[in-house]
Amino acid sequence: MITVVGAPDMWRTARLVAAKDLRIEWRSRQVTNQVLPFAGLTLVLFAFALDRDDITSRVAPGLFWLATTFSLIVLVQRSFVVETQDGALDTLRVAGVDPAGIYLGKSIALAVQLLVLEVLLVFGVIVFYASNIRPAGIVLVVTTALLATCGLAFVGTLYGGLAAGAKGRETLLPLLLLPVVAPVLIGATRAFEAAFGTREGNGIRTGLDLADGWPWVGLLAVFAAVFGAAGVLAFGPLLEEA
Amino acid sequence: MLPAPSDPTPAPGRTDAPVVELRDVVAVLGRFPALAGVSLEVAAGEVLLLKGPNGAGKTTLLRVCAGLVPVARGEALVLGHDLRVDRSGVRPFVGLLGHHNGLYADLSVRDNVGFWGRTAGASDAEIGAAMTQLGLDGRLAAVNVSRLSAGQRRRTALACLIARRSQLWLLDEPHAGLDADGRDLLDSVIRRAVAAGATVMVASHELERAAALATRTVTVSGGVIVDDHRGGGA
Amino acid sequence: MSITVPNVESAETAPRRPWMRLWRGVTSTSFSRGLGIAVLVGLAWLLVFGLVFSPEDEIQDSSVRILYVHVPTAWVAYMAFAVTALCSAMYLFRKSHSLTWDRIAGASAEVGVMFMGLTLVTGALWGRLTWGVFWAWDARLTTTAFLFVTYIGYLAVRRLGGSHEARARRSAVLGLLAVLEIPLVHFSVRLWRSLHQEASVANPNGDVKLDGLMLFSLVVGLVAFTLLYAWLVMHRQRVMYLEDRYEDVDLDLALAERRSENPGGSNG
Repeated sequence: MITVVGAPDMWRTARLVAAKDLRIEWRSRQVTNQVLPFAGLTLVLFAFALDRDDITSRVAPGLFWLATTFSLIVLVQRSFVVETQDGALDTLRVAGVDPAGIYLGKSIALAVQLLVLEVLLVFGVIVFYASNIRPAGIVLVVTTALLATCGLAFVGTLYGGLAAGAKGRETLLPLLLLPVVAPVLIGATRAFEAAFGTREGNGIRTGLDLADGWPWVGLLAVFAAVFGAAGVLAFGPLLEEA
Repeated sequence: MLPAPSDPTPAPGRTDAPVVELRDVVAVLGRFPALAGVSLEVAAGEVLLLKGPNGAGKTTLLRVCAGLVPVARGEALVLGHDLRVDRSGVRPFVGLLGHHNGLYADLSVRDNVGFWGRTAGASDAEIGAAMTQLGLDGRLAAVNVSRLSAGQRRRTALACLIARRSQLWLLDEPHAGLDADGRDLLDSVIRRAVAAGATVMVASHELERAAALATRTVTVSGGVIVDDHRGGGA
Repeated sequence: MSITVPNVESAETAPRRPWMRLWRGVTSTSFSRGLGIAVLVGLAWLLVFGLVFSPEDEIQDSSVRILYVHVPTAWVAYMAFAVTALCSAMYLFRKSHSLTWDRIAGASAEVGVMFMGLTLVTGALWGRLTWGVFWAWDARLTTTAFLFVTYIGYLAVRRLGGSHEARARRSAVLGLLAVLEIPLVHFSVRLWRSLHQEASVANPNGDVKLDGLMLFSLVVGLVAFTLLYAWLVMHRQRVMYLEDRYEDVDLDLALAERRSENPGGSNG
């Protein structure tokens, strides 16, 4: 009969939404076909702009995370354009599912896409900027990337939900997002520098210790936790149209 | 299909409590009062036809009942939920088919119906049945929505709605974009839904078709209800 | 057809807590006039003490006088954002969801952005005059600049449109998120700069020792600007209240117009 036999709870909704978003990306290949080349291009353009071969390997971690941050904006916009194109966002609202589930699902999908992007960008950095990752630094690199990506995905989905849809909001997203992701940019870059061993201080190659990277990882973890929690609480009210 | 044993909601049917109770409802879109004082009572199992000129407020009326548009003044109770207190509580129980289809262009028909059905807790069997009802289970099932015609997309959206097995169906110009076969299909879908105990509110310009189905016709104009009588037709 | 704005509040708009009504009618009272006079007196005092009475610093001579404006504006700016966050929380978590909280939050943010802009400009001027640099990448300054941009974003979100409740909800969430940002940005920048061995020349935006008459002038500045902030917020939120009321009254007119669209009668 016509009854709602248990509308799915938050985690089930999250799984459904994440699977849906990832399936859309798999079918349309927009990240691999468009966003990835865009990110790679920014790496190349940085090299043009900086025009200093001696420092590109030193600043490689920073440029990597800059390219990732800019790609984040594009990915978030894509994530929500998919919903607003045919009124799916409306239908999601009427679906009566837990908005926190929608938030988590979209964040997970965004994080996965970002991670794929980052893996390929790392190769780009190694190729274009002649960077070398010390084998001992791999754990730090992976941990940093995972935590930073979670933080970026949480924050991106939250502000993306705010800026989704109606006119006048497309330019709002970068304005809202970039100040907030600054701690991730700082923390992830420093941690990568420690892992790459490329930091110089006062003109002397000090070769940052691996141990110096881990406090930054702590900062990234706090950031991800704080904004993850904030998103779960705040996404529902933000999703409402009026 | 019987209600699950642990299900707390009562079995639908001709109960005494009205499904929709609106008293002097004012709903505002931006600065514009789309509904300027609507009073309406809909009993369970009715098929209500909403007619009226463009801009009369039919769409807003349906969206208010879905809990999407806030009620600025007046009282509104849908399926026992007070919309002034908590609009979102009523949403799992209603299904809205608006002007847009709410489909994901890059996914196939089966993916779309599957997603929307599962977010309402439907089983695979129910999803399959919904697709069969609309003739989408054959060759079309694996086709991307972006490659479908407008009529086929509308049918997909309908399948998503059926899969959700809502108690209150809100259809906004459902016949638009459908060919004659599609419209026959839609009529049979509505009949089956009503037979299973749903209540249906349809806003439509297709008066002859809708009239055959409707148990009651309500005319909306200028944000208020100007006519309300039994049966279909003018 | 003349438009009259009713003086008596309808049942729907009357606040449930009586003291809330105070905020709507707080301007043009003897209290607000008294406050205005106090602000003018305070600013005059500041001018006199800052420019005339307080001595010149040994190292920085007259350029230290900018501090009498820079420090108070910084203090007021941060306080304004704390008020915004507090009022955002009150709006969200109190059952009444009174729009007054939202309006005070918005007014405070507007005034805060203005003061923060002043802080950044006076800080840059002072840095230039004293140390020769407009900017330094230290935690305090960078956090201030980030907050400035964040609250510009907040004000942009307030102008997105929609119902008053939608605006209030969105802004309240954003106001609270912005506060979360402060410690994160501050801490990460501080950690970051600690990696650079700072040159022996003092940080251009470090603390300057002030005592005696100089300290007194600073305190006068603090008090004067705080009073100015209060006066501005009071009046701004009153204007916002009137704007909201105007839109509501508009609604009644629009309703009448809408109903008259019907050729026949209506049962509305």
